[in-house]
Amino acid sequence: MLKLYDVEVQSRLLLGTARYPSPAVLAEAVRRSKAEIVTVSLRRETAGGKGGGAFFELIRELGVRVLPNTAGCHSVQEAVLTAKMAREVFRTDWIKLEVIGHHDTLQPDVFGLVEAARILTDEGFQVFPYTTDDLVVAEKLLEAGCRVLMPWCAPIGSAMGPVNPMALRTFRAHFPDIPLIVDAGIGRPSHAASVMEIGYDAVLLNTAVAGAGDPAAMAEAFALAIDAGRLAHAAIPLEPRDMAVPSTPVIGKAVFS
Amino acid sequence: MTFTINGEEQDVAAATLADLLSALDYEGDWLATAVNGELVHREDRGTFTLGARDRIEILSPMQGG
Repeated sequence: MLKLYDVEVQSRLLLGTARYPSPAVLAEAVRRSKAEIVTVSLRRETAGGKGGGAFFELIRELGVRVLPNTAGCHSVQEAVLTAKMAREVFRTDWIKLEVIGHHDTLQPDVFGLVEAARILTDEGFQVFPYTTDDLVVAEKLLEAGCRVLMPWCAPIGSAMGPVNPMALRTFRAHFPDIPLIVDAGIGRPSHAASVMEIGYDAVLLNTAVAGAGDPAAMAEAFALAIDAGRLAHAAIPLEPRDMAVPSTPVIGKAVFS
Repeated sequence: MTFTINGEEQDVAAATLADLLSALDYEGDWLATAVNGELVHREDRGTFTLGARDRIEILSPMQGG
């Protein structure tokens, strides 16, 4: 079981709800992923509340736990207010905290992130910070009260997969007891499996599933890959070696010349 | 009075935030509101008095990653 703050879940896949071809495809992708947590957001309502209401009902019907985000916020003030409004709507203390620092890379503003995390923790929120793989920032986030860390492995929506596996391994080794979720940059199930193999606790995905030719099938593929990676980590994989090692024993081999 | 509602100026006859939501046909327990950068809880909208030029944000759930 994975424990995130005071909640235990079986699934190690957290699924985003954006960019699907239709609500029906989103619903099917959530079901086939077996995700127990989905990310959601808030935006200005222009249709008398009816547009957001339809999505709200869809999520309720799926019976999953929601993790609201502060996507699109570029300042501490914006992120904190959005988090408070999300708590009002979704009635959860959980918040996926994003404070975006750069328009092109969507890299987090880690200084603002730490400040916002501190403010929100003091207000009773349970913060899931979208951060980089910087160890010092992560330490500051823990000092601010975070009990989960969510480092990126590549820019949001880039589908590049882990661009710096060494940094992710170091991050894991440095925080052995903190739930670590790779958030952002995963493109394929093999990427997800690879971060699970090095010991990450879970993966948060959106575009890799929603943008696939068959999102529901891809959601299931990710679920299988995450389980495989988790199992492989528990089974203790071999470390790479510089030299060949024969897999077939040479003792007793016939000599013909 | 003239307010800035979700970034657009509008004239609405409303004394409280609840009046404003009703006048603009907003309804549903999934709405969140803020005035001048501060959250106004659902239960406080009926007594929250608005002033001219107030900046009002009305948000609702949407898809997110």
